[in-house]
Amino acid sequence: MGLHSGTFHENYAQDMAIFPTKLHWGFLLAFLILLFTCPLFFSDRILTIMTMMGIAVISVHGLNILTGFCDQISIGHAGFMAVGGYTSAVLCAKLGLPFWAALPCGALAAGIAGLFFGLPSLKIKGFYLIMATIAAHFIIIWTIIQLRGITGGTDGLAVPSPAIGGLSLSSKTNYFYLVMIIACFATLLAKNIVRTRAGRAFIAIRDNDLAAEVMGISLWSYKLQAFFIGCVYAGVAGALLIHYFSFASTDQFPFFDSVWYLGMLIVGGMGSTTGAIFGAVALRLLDEVVTMAGPVLSAAVAPQAAASLALISHGLIIIIFLIFEPRGLYHRWEIIKAYFRLWPYSHEVAE
Amino acid sequence: MTFFLQLVVTGLAQGMVYALIAIGFVIILKCSEVFNIAQGHFVLIGGYLGYTFLVPFGLPIWVALGMAIVTAIIMGLLIERLILRPLLGEPVLAVIMATIALATILGGLATLLWGGEYKPYHGLLPSISLKIGAVSLPSESLIGLIVSVICVALLMLLFRYTKIGLAMRATAEDLQVVQSLGIRATTVYAVSWIIACVVGVIGGILVGGVSGAHIELANIGIKAFAVVLLGGVNSIGGAIVAGIILGMLENVAAGYLDPLLPGGGLAQIFPFIVMIIVLIFRPYGLFGLVRIERI
Repeated sequence: MGLHSGTFHENYAQDMAIFPTKLHWGFLLAFLILLFTCPLFFSDRILTIMTMMGIAVISVHGLNILTGFCDQISIGHAGFMAVGGYTSAVLCAKLGLPFWAALPCGALAAGIAGLFFGLPSLKIKGFYLIMATIAAHFIIIWTIIQLRGITGGTDGLAVPSPAIGGLSLSSKTNYFYLVMIIACFATLLAKNIVRTRAGRAFIAIRDNDLAAEVMGISLWSYKLQAFFIGCVYAGVAGALLIHYFSFASTDQFPFFDSVWYLGMLIVGGMGSTTGAIFGAVALRLLDEVVTMAGPVLSAAVAPQAAASLALISHGLIIIIFLIFEPRGLYHRWEIIKAYFRLWPYSHEVAE
Repeated sequence: MTFFLQLVVTGLAQGMVYALIAIGFVIILKCSEVFNIAQGHFVLIGGYLGYTFLVPFGLPIWVALGMAIVTAIIMGLLIERLILRPLLGEPVLAVIMATIALATILGGLATLLWGGEYKPYHGLLPSISLKIGAVSLPSESLIGLIVSVICVALLMLLFRYTKIGLAMRATAEDLQVVQSLGIRATTVYAVSWIIACVVGVIGGILVGGVSGAHIELANIGIKAFAVVLLGGVNSIGGAIVAGIILGMLENVAAGYLDPLLPGGGLAQIFPFIVMIIVLIFRPYGLFGLVRIERI
């Protein structure tokens, strides 16, 4: 027990541990207890916000694996969420599949869509890939609207309220628990995926894809794996989003969300699982502040001020982070942690 | 046949405007290796500026155009100095995200200043009409065609005969050589952003004169991306050719295929289909440089 002022790992297990000391475990346990007792203290409104945060966290984890670790920049994430969400919604509404079976199917469908739209990534990168993923978003949404017979097109699709076995998930509290359990599991999985062979291959591709290929990493296989994993996460998030509202509509997946998830990644810190959580929570909070400030501003300035405040504040926050803290909130968090860990000395023994 | 020709000619005029907008993108990319996602939003601002100077201010068209260009120059300078200069040398993703954020901010400004409403200003551009056989070209399209051709010609002259134009071409070729010759790269970047803003705003006024200024004008930027990808991202000539090709293809495809599809709206998705096809089969476009990478 105790704070450590240096790295004193004596064996491999200690070195690999995600939570190296008992204190870390204590913090984790306290956090989980606080998280899962939230419904006792908070109103439905705050639970809704937290549920949305949880869904964003799941989605950003996927984007983080794809963009943060493998450097395959995707601005079509909301499109892949729509694939997962709609697959799950159609299976539930038209084929009468139970919720627990439809959710993985949606995730798988999103993963397959990701594989398809990830194909150009084998030949192109950087800006070209961004264009391809933007195109992917619009093509997916257009296709969903065109398949009117199945998806309801622009009218949307009513989905039966989710239930697992006899347990109805339509109440805010139950759905909050579901989303948080999946979000925690997704976080654990994301943290561990990047520690596996595939994860190390992703990082090698990010740092220098040509060098990685020369070292025997198959770009073909690993880039597509990154797309698949990233889009499976997106699919789960999209399905959770649609089932929460019990209604599927393409308006739930606007193009701006695709940009916004990337913004969460930047604000949180690229290539860090903790950062993805920070980013998703911070920007969802910003969204809430904007939503609350909007009507006040509209009354004071002009009716359109609310909409423009949202756009301008979103753009500004991304630019401010890019210019002043490109490593994101995670970097700040590390600095703060280091300060307390090392206090009153300002240097670390070894790390 | 007349229907087909009509589609092709309208497409030609439209494509020239796309080419003009795409050129702004290519110039920034060539000079500073920045992919400017906000190009379409310059068009949006341009459309609204045209409305503001022509309708509430009631200025004559040439004065309005001049005022819009002055505004565009100020906008370009501010954007370069405040957003792009601090990000010099940052990775591609950071710079692209900055331009996406810029696009968001410009969209927000358009919403704040003009309410994001539909503001038509039909018939305020000078009218000329042209009729060859059975094919007639509407006045607005013809104006668009003429202005675009003039702008492109002016840009060509700028790049060929002026000192700053030569400096810009040299910067596109090799930054280090240019700096060792005593040319300020930051000046070149600033000028490239100014040019991009000016052509975007002019394009916006041309498009706004036809369809009116509205928030959807920004989507024309996406068509400009398809043009740029098709032509090759670092080729101005390619942008012109690809602009005309895309304008024609879009009109022909919409004219013949839209009645077949129940939902219609193929014109909206068309640029993306072009993009994906180009990216899969010929990622460097028709006239782009094939980049050879070394470790």
